[in-house]
Amino acid sequence: MNKSIITVVGRDTVGIIAKVCTYLAEHNINILDITQTIVSGYFNMMMIVDTGHITGDFHRLASDMESLGDSIGVQIKCQREEIFEKMHRI
Amino acid sequence: MININEVIETNRMIEKENLDVRTITMGISLLDCASDDVDRLCARIREKILRKAGNLAKTADDISMEYGIPIVNKRISVTPVSIVGASACKSPDDYVRIAMTLDEAAAETGVNFLGGYSAVVSKGMTESDRLLIESIPEALAKTGRICSSVNVGSTKTGINMDAVRLMGEIIRKTAEATRESDSGGCAKLVVLCNAPDDNPFMAGAFHGVTETDAVINVGVSGPGVVKSALENVRGASFEVLCETIKKTAFKITRVGQLVAQEASHRLGIPFGIIDLSLAPTPAIGDSVADILHEIGVEKAGAPGTTAALALLNDQVKKGGVMASSYVGGLSGAFIPVSEDQGMIDAAECGALTIEKLEAMTCVCSVGLDMIAIPGNTPAATISGIIADEAAIGMVNQKTTAVRIIPVIGKDVGDRVEFGGLLGYAPVMPVSRFGCEDFIRREGRIPAPIHSFKN
Repeated sequence: MNKSIITVVGRDTVGIIAKVCTYLAEHNINILDITQTIVSGYFNMMMIVDTGHITGDFHRLASDMESLGDSIGVQIKCQREEIFEKMHRI
Repeated sequence: MININEVIETNRMIEKENLDVRTITMGISLLDCASDDVDRLCARIREKILRKAGNLAKTADDISMEYGIPIVNKRISVTPVSIVGASACKSPDDYVRIAMTLDEAAAETGVNFLGGYSAVVSKGMTESDRLLIESIPEALAKTGRICSSVNVGSTKTGINMDAVRLMGEIIRKTAEATRESDSGGCAKLVVLCNAPDDNPFMAGAFHGVTETDAVINVGVSGPGVVKSALENVRGASFEVLCETIKKTAFKITRVGQLVAQEASHRLGIPFGIIDLSLAPTPAIGDSVADILHEIGVEKAGAPGTTAALALLNDQVKKGGVMASSYVGGLSGAFIPVSEDQGMIDAAECGALTIEKLEAMTCVCSVGLDMIAIPGNTPAATISGIIADEAAIGMVNQKTTAVRIIPVIGKDVGDRVEFGGLLGYAPVMPVSRFGCEDFIRREGRIPAPIHSFKN
């Protein structure tokens, strides 16, 4: 398993999760967990995904997510999980 | 499993508080390039640097993209060139040719600085050390990416006052040779005492002879993250203050450790050390002076500043040490003037003087850093400033350094623009009283009594 974290930050609109999930399904990326919350009036969503069997490469996924975010007016980032794991777990 | 609040916290540090990895520096030994012919030596140096560091910049960019953490600088440090060129170089001009080869190799690998145009002369100077030192003004004037350093003392050896005297003159000559760029050559020249072999930060980085063939060292940063964390504990006790700095330093360092291990793995080059330094930039919110203000001093330089800095420096180390398997380099808080907006403001309003900065260097890494002084400052006065800093380092068993810029044609009240990460600085006043007779004495200052530990 190769875990990555996708985060979506911005104003809540219809279809954000649907669009992200469609992309992930098309690229054989399995969603392990989804959480969402509101921070300072902004919609924050986090997905933990498995990119172990991804079609295409990680760089493409990250840049596609960024472009998808731009097209629906939110910020979408895709990062490998280790940066969070290392920072917050001993 | 990671939760959403932890993810939000990490990304806030990166996006809002300027958390980044300040530098991935590849140390490369050039000892096996040695030759008695300058052309052959230069060809070997170029080949080795390109072979070892050809993928450094791309690898750093890949890691940066995948983890979503900016890696600001990719750099190279090499074996002190005075040693590498000892057989081949018969004149300062020969050393300048090596500098130009290094500059070209640095440009080809895509790194922004290459350090190690250096001599380690803490006790004595060989002829090749002297030739390299004499070549520094021209080498820095003719290159763009080369950084130079000279180690003039250590706790174990004392201070080489002949080198201190020479460096006062060399700094002045470098200022003259680069007067077109506001004497910017001096921003790439540092004089050290107790220089570490594994420092990833410029201008003092070099790959010491105690090191392996090639190594990855990483410098972390994050003054903005520490300041932001302290905003949440205003008015709290010292215990709470210190705990907050420690926890924040731990988190910052863990990111550096991750990046270092990943870079080491991908490049197939061993991981050396993490340098736990709070390195500021001129960007707003990326300032060590702002942390001191948050701790409670009105401006950097006000009474209480040295104590606040001592506390900060110590807590950064305590938090960072557990986060990394190997810690080294300079590790502490940096207090450059031109590279820190809060320090610039403090210097401009008169809160911060060179004398106060000198006191601050007793309790942090590294020394008098990126300070513009009047262009007519005598060489002996510059040597006196170097000797003072070296004495602080020697007696306190710590690294100290002097990177001052006598800006030719400028005086107190003027402002100097170095550009980019080097920032800008007001020209600060220097004591008008001289020390010529002291600097004229030949020889060295003996090692202090507490260096005899055997």
